[in-house]
Amino acid sequence: MSYLSDLENRTIYIVREATSRFKNVGFLWSMGKDSTALLWILRKAFFGAVPFPVIHIDTGFKFPEIYRFRDEYSKKWGLDLVISKNAQALQKGIHPKFGKFECCNLLKTEALKQTIRERGLQALLLAIRRDEHGIRAKERVFSPRSEDFTWNYQDQPPELWDFYKTRLEGEQHIRVHPMLHWTELDVWKYTLAEKIPIVELYLAKKGKRYRSIGCALCCSPVDSRADTIAKIIRELEKTKVAERSGRAQDKEDTYTMQRLRSLGYM
Amino acid sequence: MDKKAIPIVICGQVDHGKSTLIGRILVETRSLSNGKLLEIKKASADLGKDMELAFLLDQLEEERRQERTIDTTQVFFKTKKRKYCLIDTPGHVELIKNTMTGATQADIALLIVDVGQGVTEQTRRLIALFELLGIEKVLVAVNKMDLAVFDRSRFESVASEVELFFSKSKLKAPLIIPVSAKSGENVLRRSQVLRWHKGPTLLGALDSLECPTQGKDKPLRFPVQDIYRVKKEVLVLGRVASGRLKRGQDVIVLPSGKKTSVAEIRVYAKQKDLAVAGENIGVVLKNSSDIKRGDVLCQVEKAPVPFKRFQGRVFWLCDEPLSRGARMILRCATQELSCEIESIGDRMDPSALEILEKEAASLKLNEMAKIILKTERAFVVEPFGSVEELGRFVLESDGQVCAAGVVITGLE
Repeated sequence: MSYLSDLENRTIYIVREATSRFKNVGFLWSMGKDSTALLWILRKAFFGAVPFPVIHIDTGFKFPEIYRFRDEYSKKWGLDLVISKNAQALQKGIHPKFGKFECCNLLKTEALKQTIRERGLQALLLAIRRDEHGIRAKERVFSPRSEDFTWNYQDQPPELWDFYKTRLEGEQHIRVHPMLHWTELDVWKYTLAEKIPIVELYLAKKGKRYRSIGCALCCSPVDSRADTIAKIIRELEKTKVAERSGRAQDKEDTYTMQRLRSLGYM
Repeated sequence: MDKKAIPIVICGQVDHGKSTLIGRILVETRSLSNGKLLEIKKASADLGKDMELAFLLDQLEEERRQERTIDTTQVFFKTKKRKYCLIDTPGHVELIKNTMTGATQADIALLIVDVGQGVTEQTRRLIALFELLGIEKVLVAVNKMDLAVFDRSRFESVASEVELFFSKSKLKAPLIIPVSAKSGENVLRRSQVLRWHKGPTLLGALDSLECPTQGKDKPLRFPVQDIYRVKKEVLVLGRVASGRLKRGQDVIVLPSGKKTSVAEIRVYAKQKDLAVAGENIGVVLKNSSDIKRGDVLCQVEKAPVPFKRFQGRVFWLCDEPLSRGARMILRCATQELSCEIESIGDRMDPSALEILEKEAASLKLNEMAKIILKTERAFVVEPFGSVEELGRFVLESDGQVCAAGVVITGLE
């Protein structure tokens, strides 16, 4: 079995385990390369039709290219798209300029909490990877969240072989991470091999491209001439620049990601 | 051609230098992004320390403040020969569930021993754990050689102690390598100060280990994960645990014993003629009535006999002891059933690698034993050495994992 096929197979096993064990499953799609690759695998795992809602946490500050991509492919792939917004916070005028921690927490984490409650979701699929952030590297594949949505990272349950935590015992929901074992390079190689569409922001224009995409105000492009996926792969094979170096929130404080994630952030 | 990253777990007594060794490997193999070392320097300075390589993996604030790894984590690096996924684990005995979480994902184990302290309780416990989990490829790094002034006799005395305890287990004698994680001697680079060491460097030794391949040549076992209905057609979903599944092949469904044959093998929109171990597929059977999650499709001529009793070896992970007669939930591949503990034998303290009792009434936290389990109904169980996926299990109570186990044999 090729190495990409091995990665894909491990992911398929995990997502089928989630739908087999939980009634109400949801999937978070940010339209970024990782969750788009996962969406691609979900379509394969479930023979063309994703059998649960595909949720976009919409802060209202995303790049226009992201919204266009979402609308085009959710239609094309027949997705049950759910747009999740913290309307109250947006009305109050929450904006990254008043503090990025607060902004991320209200517009992403709180919006997500509202959707999980409204839909009664028991398991939520997310495309986070171990190699993108040291705090994410500490995650389990099936990671329980408590009643108040917190992640008890100091006392996680054992996860032996592929016996996952598939029973809720007083926990609120389970975060399922089917892409934890992939690297950034793996995702690009898979995207190329499978011809998966991507948001054009990833490709270089005028010497700049985005390596990680999210809210327009909190992402900055990196210097790059990679205007095709094959060139991105060649660039990443050499680079020493961290993937999320263009992300604002990570820089503010060494432990910001930890604080955000312990409160329920992705 | 790209290959899979080989998972390697790094284990050892707390403070023997695991996280530092990982930091060293990442530095020497140039696996770190720009800014990462700067971030570590800054985080170390904020806590009033010199640069702590351990902070590369100890990312939680509590881990850095308390100077200990709390949970397992994974990081990638590559040598000239191949890619690895390095799994760090905590060294404290009370965090053994996290060590176990890391170790069950690994093909190779790297055991680290401080030359100044030699073999400790945790070292012995880890040897027992590798043996239990069937991790046969073990490398031992004797660390902190810098503090022992790179002295050959001190290395040799620790190495013979390590060999002694390995000889008490079923594991083969490991390759033992002197290193200094702090200064990098003999990790990737050969070292002048360790000229007397004629063996390979640590990463050289790692590259020389052959890795287990998936069991394509074993008899077919296909544990059913789910049943999926697509356009009125019944698809039996699962991952081939061992062997090969061919279109047209006759199979026996266990434990029921019904025979049927494979009409089609589906992967997304495609049909396949053959699926091998590790592949997740959908199977259309000639007759799929009554089939459910937990059933196992097997090759007719080499089908296992389902058992209602079996003997296994377990490592107990719960504060509450396991008592003879206790009822638990057993999970083995996709099978899940209720079971009763019939007997507990050869109760062992793995930190001493010694048997405490031949027959025991209970098993305490971090102890190992041979147990006999009676299940509510017959199910497919095989010795760990023959088909791994059907030879390993966990015991749960109230949804919490209490034990990791491997099957010794089925019993009449």
